[in-house]
Parts: sequence; structure tokens; C-alpha cells
Amino acid sequence: MRFTVNGSERDAEPRAGQCLRTFLRDHEHLEVKKGCDAGDCGACSVLVDGVPVHSCIYPAQRIEGHSVTTVAGLGTPDELHPMQAAFVDHFGFQCGFCTAGMIVTASTLDEEQLGDLPRLMKGNLCRCTGYRSIRESITAGVAASGKAASSAATTAPAIELPETDAAHPRGARNLGSTGADDRPPSLIGRSVEPPAARRVVTGTEPFTFDTATPGALHLRVLGSPHPHARIRSIDTSAALAVDGVELVLTHHDVPALRFSTGRHEHRSDDPDDTRVLDDVVRFVGQRVAAVAATSAAAAEAACRRIVVDYEVLPAVFDPEEARSPGAPLIHPDRTPADRVDEAGRNVIATLRAGYGGDVDEALAASDVTVSGTWQTQRLSHAQLETHGSIGWLDDDGRLVVRTSSQVPFLTRDELCRLLDLPQDRVRVFTARVGGGFGGKQELLTEDLVAITVLRTGKPAVYELSRTDEFVRTSVRHPMRVAVALGASRDGRLTAMRVDVLSDTGAYGNHSRGVMFHGCAESISLYTSPVKRIDAEAVYTNNTPSGAFRGYGLGQVILGVESAMDELAIELGIDPFELRRINAIREGEVPLGFFGEPEPDMRPGGYGLDQCLDLAEQALRRGNGVEAPDGEHWRVGEGMAASMIATMAPGGHISKTTVTLRPDGSYVLGVGTSEFGNGTTTVHAQIVATDLGTSIDRVRLRNSDTDAADYDTGAFASAGTTVAGKALHAAALALRHVLVRTAATISGTDASACTLGPDGITVGGRLVGFAELIAAAPAEHRTGDGIAASAAEYGEHRSLAFNVQAFRVAVDVRTGIVRILQSVQSADAGTVMNPEQCRGQVEGGTAQAIGGALYEEVMVEEGRIQTPVFRMYRVPQMADIPDTEVLFAETSDDLGPFGAKSMSESPYNPVAAALGNAIRRAIGSRPYETPFSRDRVWRLARDAEASVAPIWTA
Amino acid sequence: MFIWETSPSCRFDSLVPKGIAMDLNTITGYRYARSRSDLLLGDAERFVAGGTWMFSEPQLEATGLVDLSTMGWPALEASDDGLRIAATCTIAELAEMPEHEGWAAHPLFFQCATALLASFKIWNVATVGGNVCRSFAAGSMVSLAVALDGAALVWTPDGGEYRMPVERLVTGNGTNSLAPGEVLRAVDIPAHALRARTGYRKIALAELGRSGAVLTGRIDEDGRAVFGITAATWRPTVLRYPELPDAATLRSDAASADDYYTDPLGTEDWRREVSCVLLEEIRQELAA
Repeated sequence: MRFTVNGSERDAEPRAGQCLRTFLRDHEHLEVKKGCDAGDCGACSVLVDGVPVHSCIYPAQRIEGHSVTTVAGLGTPDELHPMQAAFVDHFGFQCGFCTAGMIVTASTLDEEQLGDLPRLMKGNLCRCTGYRSIRESITAGVAASGKAASSAATTAPAIELPETDAAHPRGARNLGSTGADDRPPSLIGRSVEPPAARRVVTGTEPFTFDTATPGALHLRVLGSPHPHARIRSIDTSAALAVDGVELVLTHHDVPALRFSTGRHEHRSDDPDDTRVLDDVVRFVGQRVAAVAATSAAAAEAACRRIVVDYEVLPAVFDPEEARSPGAPLIHPDRTPADRVDEAGRNVIATLRAGYGGDVDEALAASDVTVSGTWQTQRLSHAQLETHGSIGWLDDDGRLVVRTSSQVPFLTRDELCRLLDLPQDRVRVFTARVGGGFGGKQELLTEDLVAITVLRTGKPAVYELSRTDEFVRTSVRHPMRVAVALGASRDGRLTAMRVDVLSDTGAYGNHSRGVMFHGCAESISLYTSPVKRIDAEAVYTNNTPSGAFRGYGLGQVILGVESAMDELAIELGIDPFELRRINAIREGEVPLGFFGEPEPDMRPGGYGLDQCLDLAEQALRRGNGVEAPDGEHWRVGEGMAASMIATMAPGGHISKTTVTLRPDGSYVLGVGTSEFGNGTTTVHAQIVATDLGTSIDRVRLRNSDTDAADYDTGAFASAGTTVAGKALHAAALALRHVLVRTAATISGTDASACTLGPDGITVGGRLVGFAELIAAAPAEHRTGDGIAASAAEYGEHRSLAFNVQAFRVAVDVRTGIVRILQSVQSADAGTVMNPEQCRGQVEGGTAQAIGGALYEEVMVEEGRIQTPVFRMYRVPQMADIPDTEVLFAETSDDLGPFGAKSMSESPYNPVAAALGNAIRRAIGSRPYETPFSRDRVWRLARDAEASVAPIWTA
Repeated sequence: MFIWETSPSCRFDSLVPKGIAMDLNTITGYRYARSRSDLLLGDAERFVAGGTWMFSEPQLEATGLVDLSTMGWPALEASDDGLRIAATCTIAELAEMPEHEGWAAHPLFFQCATALLASFKIWNVATVGGNVCRSFAAGSMVSLAVALDGAALVWTPDGGEYRMPVERLVTGNGTNSLAPGEVLRAVDIPAHALRARTGYRKIALAELGRSGAVLTGRIDEDGRAVFGITAATWRPTVLRYPELPDAATLRSDAASADDYYTDPLGTEDWRREVSCVLLEEIRQELAA
């Protein structure tokens, strides 16, 4: 059939059941993304004869004689469509995976429709930004499109300088100190646009799967129908007989070695309880067999023909039952040597800690006590790019894996261990990653791809579907958190007791770290003479839990900060004041589980006091948004605080290089990944500033085991504080080499040399880069350039703070919670890139609002009940209000240029603050997330019922 | 408890999507229907109208698709008897229907379209007939048809046809009385309903989420009142009165309706209560 795409005539035949999305991608229109394949997320949006549609659910057969326009047809990096330009100028993306569809949809809107944006954009989900920047981008893009009448494109990149004064309270306030020297204007503290911005908005920046894979085998997996079963036998003969099938893998065909899908700097952090394919399955959907075939259709058909004889085993789904006597044992053969502490009662890890004496006595002796038990739910990361990887053998026969991962180096190391290969025989790299949020700190697809490539010698592709994401990746650990607080009348804490039960599901990936981290800064934020912490992480036959933004802190903070709010109510003390009375003070080192000062902690500029003041003032100032009319709307304000260490304990390593090329460009070799965190921008800013050059002369080779020496990975918000710090050191080292060389050439003192974009000026003469390179000491020479290296080991950690405040209105008749005002203050140290950092705070707040009000991965007898986005409610534009972001003015001693980490932490105080606001609105406290409308309605109904007799008495 | 509490019957289990279809890889045939004779289904053939649901889930039992979009049925046909909405009328065409003199019910068409979780881009493709034939409780084209006494015109494989109120055609959440091979040709809305004043409310667990309850109300020129509860009950619930009821009557009738249910989009008790609350808001609007 004939059709056109972006003006080019095409002649091709789609398969009968093919959708337009895959048909376009088959024809190398890789700018059309896949987020859900069910019409829910909009990442695949295209225009058909100018009309926007979701191409994933549009029959390709119908395209005959029609014309398709993709985001790449709207504009190019050099000639942006006004809507594309607006998304660049307004930082309307982070990971950028939703952006193509977002822009295509927005390009069809006119001025009259701007008032109806939440409805019109509800079919375009963004998981990163929190939508404020997207609303602004669309508004600006529509205005510019109107003016520009036709296709007049903007070409000049606009670098927006941030407003820095207090009159612009929603922008960044603290740009930190960069130190005065001879460098051109520093780029630190500037909202420099992401290096990939123009490619992202035109769909030309490749993500994991945006590459042609001719001849690749497609992998599909057969999942277990049972939550717990032993495989008696598997018959794969019918599957092997399917035309196109080249390989069927079962537990007979894979290494017996156990590993953890969760990856850390120290592999001994996580339990070795997982096999690539196992003869026992422990959750519904667990891999039973994998098929590699020349087409996805053949692989799927073959999976349906695999005959498995299961011996169904008893299963347990409740973590309290799971650790009780008589429960079915899920990993009975694991031992403490595997990092499973008590397999005999399904317990992976236990924490029994505290100090200061008997907590129950201290509680009993306290003037006031409060207590409660909070329960969090399973959440999906819902990053729009699903997990997946592509593997092949390179010309040297070396295994290469291109994957959607936050941890390419750790993935390489574990693949080497699993497959018994030396490190130099495996290369792992990522393209731009379409979101992670912790979900890609796991090895979930690379093992099958690697085995398939090694067994067949052919390239292999394994791309998860959205349902695969829900069924067999990982979810946030559900936790039951019981908190009891004692205090004196004047508001001083006298006792804290915290009891945590964490459900890790069928495998222990990240369970230990999440449990320990969850109980750390959430509790050490407050000073109490007596503390007691009990926590356990427990196996169940549920879908596995894993790393999720905040890494356990948010769950425990929900309990602690809600209890603090209840204490404030009980004492009649303002909740901000109660934090001021009890929180850790400037210069104080937080205490560990047993009361010892944490030895690696080096708290830098202290910002909690400012964060509390900023949020409180914003709430007092208000924002003019009124509650809806009607006495059934009840208004309440709530707040919560959170603390986070600026990196993970136990070391986080980044080894980087900066290389000068003869043309004056710099190439950065850094291992960490870009998945919307904005680290590539910050890295370019750091190096350009250090080397006195412009941002366009800086090129990154990142997230590739071939391009950098090493990087632990893009997690624990380490992109700036670890990798950025290492690059800063490498850039300064290179600068030192250049200046010394120029001084030698010119026979002057180094202090007389000024490094600029074209070379070094000394004594009125410019020494060009070619001359500098030629004269540089041999040990720095690499190819035709010179390089310097530096490493950061993350041995010391600082502290960052966030305070969230809400004013909400609650409809007591229906349970609707309307956020009237949302404020988050953040102690980010020096704000390296204000618009990006603001976006991290907004995005974290939005994701947490989703978890607090809407989202839940529902599981019944181990079966996922919410396997698609239309059942799992990722926030739409309509659900997320603007959040005022206020930065404290601090500067850290550890981070580069005084910066702290600020990616995970904005998530952490949000659910507690919302719960506290709801509590104060309706007089009854919600204890279980999400605070969904049905639950809030029930609470309000019961609160009114219990109050009524007093009124009538 | 963090495990979602289920109703004892667990009857929504069959509604949990079986996953995602990237492409419908078992489909090997695709043909366009242009005349009634093309509508005879072969073995394992399925009708496809817009295709937006069909392509969203695996269709493993099907091997062929018969596309109805080429039947040439006029999307909307107005007459003295009322309005004929072709099964292949897109949601977009319905939502953009021009105003028609005397049809006070006109706002309900756009309102019910907005009750869909589907974006306006899906409206460009998805059809009224497809939504009715999927028969999901949250299918708001069912809400619309039920609110306005819509009747399904069904073509049978033997060349015959019959009519049935949509209220009865939909037998459950995702089930209907259509026999294999039968085609929904159109939904006919009678003129008396189009002339009625109407009210509408939708609520979901998220502001624009998949509906937990869609409530409609209508007062005809002769004073008769009709209230519809959809999405909240397993199949459409219609409450009919000779005149506008008082608040207590309407609440009592709505509260005692059968078939409120629990699924991930709302619990039974909440659906019951918000249906009562929002129906009362509609009643007051219609009384004004």
C-alpha cells in the first residue's frame, strides 16, 4: 500500500494485525515511542492527515492513501517547530521519552483550547516533570505558533538566565558561590539547556530501542501462572517446532549460579537468591522459559506451546503471616552467607536497634504520647520507557549489551560473574534512558539477552511491555510502619519507637538496603534521648519489590512525620515549631542506629531552618486559591520534613576523564547515565566553567563501560555529588596541565596564563590548543589530544533537607481531595541549574502526589489486578497542581561548587504532608496510602458520625 | 491491609486486561466490509470498528478482522423521530454534534464523551458502537444511551434485524446480549428524550480517571423523570419516575440499587454513596 510519512512517499505492506506504531518504527521512524501500547500514555502520538491519534492502537492497515506526520516531521534540530522550541526554552521535559507524543499532540492546539489543557492532555502522561513546565511550554508554543503563522522556525537557542531575587519566589533563589577568577562568566547556577534538548524535542535523540537491529532475534518470556510452584517438567518440543524459533531456554539451560537483580557497588549488599531461570517459581509471572525467534510473533506463539507440569506449592501473601510459624518457606535453602538472615521464617534482614534505655518505660514516663500504624502500598515506577536491552557480538567477538539501565558498570560486572567472562569481553552501555526512578538499578533483561547472543551468535532484543513492567520488574516496598512518640509538655521528644515490616515479595533485591536506609535519616532527623527501632524485611509470594525513589525513606517518613503531626496537635504546638524544637541542628552529626555519630557524615551548609521558614512563610502568604463553594468542603494545612544523606553509604565511585581535542573541544568520559536527572547538563556546565570554554565545545561520552573507567551508577542521586565531583577534579587537573604547559612555552609564571575557549592567553599572545597539546608532558597525551583523569569515591556524605507543605480542601461527601496550595522548600546547596533542579523538585512532588492519592499496584493472591495504565493511575496533568519551589541558601563542603543531591529527596515528605493536611481538614487521620477518595470519604463519614452525638448532646 | 479487598464473587477478575498487545500477532486476515454480505464472519473473525480497544489487548482467539469503518453509514442522522447514531460514528463526531433546535439534551453528548478515560485523540478513532459493544460499566456511550432511552438496532447474520434498549442490551460489566455474528448497526435516540432537560455528573478516583460512577438525569417535557447510574453498578441502573422525585425517594432508590461493585476503580460502598450524592445534585439542577 502507498502512504506518506513526513512528506515522503512510502510503499509497504503492514501485517494484518499490526498497529501503526510498530509499522512506522519498522520503517525507521524511531521517533515514535512506545510507553504503554494501550492508548493510555500518548508517547506514540502521530498525526494522520493532520488529526492526532495514538499510533499504538491504530490499525496500520488503515493508513493506505493517508499521510502521517511524526514529531520529526514537525521540525528538525536546526529548524524547530515553535512548539518544539517552546519545550526547549521552558525545560518541558526531563527524560524526554514522552516528549515526542506530547509535542505532536500540543501542536494541534489553539489559543482557545489552552483553558481546557488538562482534558486535552490527559492522554499524554509524563512521569518526570510534574507537568508545570509542560503547561508553560504548550502555552508558549501555542502563542508562538499563532504568531509565526506558517512554519517559520526559530533557530537561536535561548539560554534563560534565572531570576534570583526574592520577588520571584518560584524560581531559584540560591545560585551559590563560584569563586572569582579569570574565567569567563561561570555557567554554574545558570539554567543551561540540556545538551540533547533539540534532539529530544525532534525525536532524534536515540533511546535504548531507537536503533536498527537487522537480523536480531526477539525474546519473549513465559510467565508462571502460580504464585509458588515447583516445575516438575517442561516440554519445549512444540515451541521449538514453531517456524522462526531458534532457542528455547529453561532452567536446564542457564547457569545454576544465584545472583540478585538489585545492583550495588558491593554485590554483597544484596541477597543471592535469584536464578536466570529457576525450577521453583515464587510469584505469578516469574520467568519460566524464554524463547528467541526471528519475530516477536513466533516467539509469542512458541511461548504458548510450552507445556509445563507444575507442582503447586502453598503460598503466602501477607508479610506478617509469612514470618509467623507454619508459613510456607519461600527460600528455605538460603543462608546468611547468601545474605538471607533467617530463611526458616522468611526473614531476609532484621534490625533491632536503639539507645538510651527502655523505650516503653520512657514512653510511659512521657507527658504526652501518640502512636499509630501506617501502611504503604505497592507502586510502579512507571517510567515511560520500559526495561529492555539489545545484545550482539562485536567484530572482536566481544559481547555488547545496549540496555535501559541506571547501572551499566554494575550490570557488566554481574554479567561477567554469571557467564564466567572476563571484564574485557563484555561491554555494556546505555543510550539516553527513558526514566528510571530506581527501577533500572536492576538486572532484569540483560541476562537473557546475553545468554541468547552467546548461544546463537546472533543479535537479540528483549523489550518489556507495560504489563511486563507491572508483573515482573519491581515495585516500591510496601511497609507497615508503627510509630510511638513521647514528649514533654514543652514539645521535646522523650522517646521514639519505630517498628517496620517491609514486604520484599518473592525476591530480596534491594530489600536489605531499603530497610536499613528507610530507618536511617527518617529517624535520625530528630533528637530523642531514647529510641528503639525494630525492622524486618520479609519474603512473600508477591511480585518482587525493589529500589524506588527515596529508597525506603518515604515509607518510614510517612509514619514518623504523621506521628509528629499528631504530637503537634496533641500538644497544641505549631507543626513547624515542633520540628524546630526537635530536629537535628547545624553542625550536628546524625546518630546511627545505636546512638553513635555516623562516622562518614560530614554535614555541610545546614538548610533545614531555612526550609522550615520558607515553607511556613509561603503557606502564611497563601496563593489566592480558594476552596470550592459549599459547607461540605473542609480546608486543612499540613506539612512534613525530611532529611537525606547526599549519597549512599559505603562508597559510590566515579572514575572520569576529560580530554582536550586539537580543535578546542573537550570530551568527557563519565560512566553515569542520563535518564532525565539532568546530569549531562550539569557535567557540561562544570567542565565548561572549569576550562573557560563554551558549553557547545563540551561533548559527553557517558554511560558506557568503554568510555569511562568506572562508575557505580546513576542512583542515590549521585550524578552531581559523585560523578560531577570527579569530573570537576579531572577538569581542574587538565586545566593545571594546560596552564603549566603554557607557562613553560612562554617562559612565564602560570599565574600570567589565562585559559579561554581558543587556548591560553599569556603576555598578549594566544597559545593555541594544537601547540599546547604538542608541548604537553607525554604522560597526558592520548591520541591527538591530552587528557586528565580523576576519581571520587564517595567516602563522606553530607545532608540535604526538604520541607513540603499543603493546603487542601476535602469534600466530605465524596472524599475528593483538592490541593489548593503546594509548597516545597529544598536545601540543595548550590543550585547548579535552577530550572533543572526546580524540575527535579516538582517531578518528585508530583510522583509522590501520585503515590499519596492515586496509585496502587493491586495484587490479589499474587495476581496483578492493575496491569495497564488505565487501571494504574499515574497522575495526569489534571491531577498535579503547581508546586512553589523555594531553595535554601546554603553551600555544601563536599559537593562540587557546594552542590548537594536533589533527585530522590523531594519525593519523601509529600505523602506525610498530604496526610497531615487531610487530617487537619476532616479531623480524622488517614493511615493507609493511597489516600484515595473512597478511603478519605469513609474517614470523613466516620469522623462526622462520631462527632455528631456531641453536637446533639 | 495493603492487599486490595475484593468482593466475594471476584467477578471482575475476567475484566483484568490479559496484558498488552504490541501487534495482534495472531491476526492474519484483515478485510473491509462494504456491504451487508461482507458482514458474515468467518471462523475466528472479529468485527473491528475504531480498533482502539481491539488493538490494546491480545486477541489470541481471533485470526481475522472485519473492518466496519468502510460500511458508509452516516455518522449522525436526525429526523422527526429522533437521532440515529451509527455504530461507526466516532466519539469525536458525536462530541462535536451541532446543536439542533429543540434538543435540550445536546450538552449530554459532549459530557458523556468526557466521561471516557480516552483522550480526545482516541475520540478521533474510537466509535460509539465499539464502546456500547464492549459494554464496560465505565463505557460512557452506554451512559449516554441509557440516559436518553437509546435503542440498539442490531443486524443479525441471517439478514434480519431487531431493536433492543441499550439498557437491556448490556447485561454486565463487559458482557451483552449480542449473539455471535450480530452487528450493532446504530443507536437510536427518541425525540422525546432529546427534547428533555438533562443533568450529568462523573466521578472517578482521579479527577479525569476511568469512571467510578457516571450519573445522568433527565426530565421530559411531560414531566417524567429518568435517572441513570452507570460505571458504579455492574450493569446500567435506570430509575424512572412519573415526576421529579423528592430527595429522600431518589436517595433511597439509588442506595438500594443492586449491583454496585468493587474493582480497582472504586469500592462498592463509595460508589453507592457518591451515586446518591451526585444524583441529588442533578435532581436539584433539574428542579430549578
